[in-house]
Amino acid sequence: MAVNTLTIDGKDIAVEAGTSILDAATEAGVPIPKLCHLEGVTPVGACRLCLVDIEGTNKMLPACVTEVWEGMVIHTQTPKLQEYRRMTVELIFAEGNHVCSICVANGNCELQDVAIEVGMDHSRFPYRFPDRGVDLSHPMFGIDHNRCILCTRCVRVCDEVEGAHVWDVGNRGEACYIVSGLDQPWGEVDACTSCGKCVDACPTGAIFKQGSTTGEKQADTEKLEFLSTAREKHQWTR
Amino acid sequence: MSPTATTTTVEPAAKEKAAKPDLRFKRLDITMKRNQYAPDALIEVLHVAQEAFGFLEEDVLQYVAHGLKLPLSKVYGVATFYHLFSLKPSGAHSCVVCMGTACYVKGGDKVMAKLQEELGIEVGETTPDGKVSLMSARCIGACGIAPAVVFDGTVSGKLSPEEAVAKVKVWEGE
Amino acid sequence: MDLQELKAVAKAEQERQKPVRVHCCTSTGCRAADAVGIYGNLKQAVTDHHLEDRVEVVGVGCMGFCGRGPLVQVDPDELLYEEVTPDQAASIIEAMDGGTAQPIQGDVNHPFFARQMRVVREYSGKIDPERIEEYIAVGGYESLHKAIYEMTPAEVVDQISKSGLRGRGGGGYPTGLKWATVAKMPEGQKYIICNGDEGDPGAFMDRSILESDPHLVLEGMAIAGYAVGANHGYIYVRAEYPLAIERLQKGIQQAKKYGLLGSQIFDSAFDFKIDIRIGAGAFVCGEETALIQSIEGGRGNPVPRPPYPAQKGLYDCPTLINNVETLATITAIIRNGADWYSSIGTENSKGTKIFALTGKIRNNGLVEVPMGITLREIVEEMGGGVPDGEVKAVQTGGPSGGCIPKSMLDTPVDYDSLRAAGSMMGSGGMVVMDDTTSMVGIAQFYMEFCREETCGKCVPCRTGTVQLYTMLTKILKRQATKDDLAKMEALCEMVRDTSLCGLGQTAPNPVLSTLKYFREEYEELLIEPEYLSDLNGKEAPQEVTV
Repeated sequence: MAVNTLTIDGKDIAVEAGTSILDAATEAGVPIPKLCHLEGVTPVGACRLCLVDIEGTNKMLPACVTEVWEGMVIHTQTPKLQEYRRMTVELIFAEGNHVCSICVANGNCELQDVAIEVGMDHSRFPYRFPDRGVDLSHPMFGIDHNRCILCTRCVRVCDEVEGAHVWDVGNRGEACYIVSGLDQPWGEVDACTSCGKCVDACPTGAIFKQGSTTGEKQADTEKLEFLSTAREKHQWTR
Repeated sequence: MSPTATTTTVEPAAKEKAAKPDLRFKRLDITMKRNQYAPDALIEVLHVAQEAFGFLEEDVLQYVAHGLKLPLSKVYGVATFYHLFSLKPSGAHSCVVCMGTACYVKGGDKVMAKLQEELGIEVGETTPDGKVSLMSARCIGACGIAPAVVFDGTVSGKLSPEEAVAKVKVWEGE
Repeated sequence: MDLQELKAVAKAEQERQKPVRVHCCTSTGCRAADAVGIYGNLKQAVTDHHLEDRVEVVGVGCMGFCGRGPLVQVDPDELLYEEVTPDQAASIIEAMDGGTAQPIQGDVNHPFFARQMRVVREYSGKIDPERIEEYIAVGGYESLHKAIYEMTPAEVVDQISKSGLRGRGGGGYPTGLKWATVAKMPEGQKYIICNGDEGDPGAFMDRSILESDPHLVLEGMAIAGYAVGANHGYIYVRAEYPLAIERLQKGIQQAKKYGLLGSQIFDSAFDFKIDIRIGAGAFVCGEETALIQSIEGGRGNPVPRPPYPAQKGLYDCPTLINNVETLATITAIIRNGADWYSSIGTENSKGTKIFALTGKIRNNGLVEVPMGITLREIVEEMGGGVPDGEVKAVQTGGPSGGCIPKSMLDTPVDYDSLRAAGSMMGSGGMVVMDDTTSMVGIAQFYMEFCREETCGKCVPCRTGTVQLYTMLTKILKRQATKDDLAKMEALCEMVRDTSLCGLGQTAPNPVLSTLKYFREEYEELLIEPEYLSDLNGKEAPQEVTV
């Protein structure tokens, strides 16, 4: 096994070659904010929160998809990175309709956690108040597009772990939204197995169990990582 | 409806539908077969579908998804990503105003404004009588003759707003 | 087919050609003014005057002077006729029979033509792009033969590296290095992709190459395939270019028939086939990873690099992606050698580059010039400057580039100087603006473009471009303050530094460059904060009713 040694925020660490910076940082006990990353499914590098500075390169690189190399010196908390992360979170808040006080995920929301982590208390950019819909056609679950941050975790988990590919992204640019089947109501998509993995994968309160009220959603994100390792390594307990 | 010359207008397609209902699906079959039903032929097949049907109806998308063994949401995602694919029927005639930089600098925006005013519709819409669809394009590469407009697949250059309106008026009289 | 046979085809074609050739442009620009009708009338006139023995009418590709089209040129006398109408066409032929030609006669020694150095466009407008024989008659496919029989793949790569050629699509990455990377990947399936998704508004050189000399690109792709060990190529062309697609299709068929594409090219062990993929209207697909996604039939969402396509590209195989103009340069380098090519241009930018000169300029069209020429020479001498006005700025690089002010017109045109000036080479669009153009308006125009063309995958580009567009609109409506401007600048930097792909990373460039050189235009539109509260008070009721 080839090993690379590197430094993250002054901490020396040795990891297996091919490890992502994010995994190396986790091993070193250095937290890096992230939203689109989910253990167990393919990383996409879309939320840009996990960008880090690497000495000797002029571009910030996403920790989730960048593999470590020997002698890498990584900084995860430069003032510039902190400022950019805060702006990113502001942009996400301004894009949708994220009202924590009436959200099912209040208190258990990754977006909320990240906002606190990066110190975002208000958005300097005007809120756009988009008019997006809510789909409650599924007997057990619902999706509120107003709370969606387009991380595509539901899309990937449904395709890669469940194998149903109910979800995908429709349209493009600012008009992007999560689509079920041929833009049908979720409840009418034959491929859906009602497994609920998308509910657990969703970092916010966008996909939820019906009947949940404010603050009641408790997503089990680790279950998806557990499922992946269970299938790969035949470890059926956690 | 696509803003290119390669696409047929809806009118003949609609007639075709009434006479020989299966022919257009046959065209899809041929295209899919030529591509060995490979999922990566999706965009090729959608091009043919758009040409044959004029727009991508739900049953067409379903047919393609079934033929190429693709999830429905994936087909929908691809069909809505690309601007040339349309999920709504378009007018009998198409008027595509180039909004590239050269055309913009030379007054393409004014041509567009005048056409909108004259037709009473916005970009991407079709007149209520179903005659004219107004679209914009991101540079058709005819910058040398800016501002340019594509009327039913034929490029016209160095147009004044009035000249553009005159061209559209001809259709309205039909 | 062997070299003898190729030369025989060339000779037969040269003998077939008539002493007088009337070249009639049938490309997109001139077609818009009924060039096809002109072509028909010219042919008819030749028959009417019984001149078939010594005169032939040839439908050719772009001659470059698109602003004065439709163009007809009679060779070898180099009589150029501009703005020809179908009615006037016959008189051009009559002039050979004692009559007088009616159309305006152009000056082939005009700086627009004289200052050019035509390498890629050498035969554009001189040969019929729909007949492979004409291409062969001017030495076509000899470079491919030379590569296969006189050079090893490594030598071909070496020649390209030594030539100093850099990617003509915008980035300016050394082409030889890209080829070497793909060549060094382990043997197995590899691909060549020709990026013909020319989306920069104001650029049309790739369309012109594909319409005027499609075999130049096909031959370049085959040489690339031989050099890096690929047997399959794709050309990705925008659907907005139907004529280019048609001519490429014809070109591929004809080349296959002669055994110049397909299996065992020139009876060697080298196989190479080319397929066309047609885009569907997405600017972002010009980004190489998005283009690969699109060829694979998916949404054109870029994916993070590394891994680079050279390592893991189309269908996860090593893939060489080059732009149309880059590939069209290859045959000349193989034919004349790397030393010849690297003798043209500047220290770090070798060779020639085609620019599309458009906007508020007297002579618009395509010019191929050696690198290092100044903007002033292109705009003022070749382009003839702004009609009834003065140049205010020149925009290069499309939505990824920037505006260069009049005071910097002496900037040499090369990759590094343009970048230092806050713009970039881009694919070669050069839009000239005069005093009537609002620079804030131009910045808003480009931001609207990026906002509509962003794929929507990453946060900064998807939402940042919308916010920037809103801020620019606010400034133009005179509703913004100094604080808003500062906020906009900060957001520009954030979008530039954090976006996933080139589209987002360069989207703020038009704003940043106009801010750098035309800051006063922004400041003139700002209002004092105390006035803002007043304005808000007036505006508020309206907003509620919306």
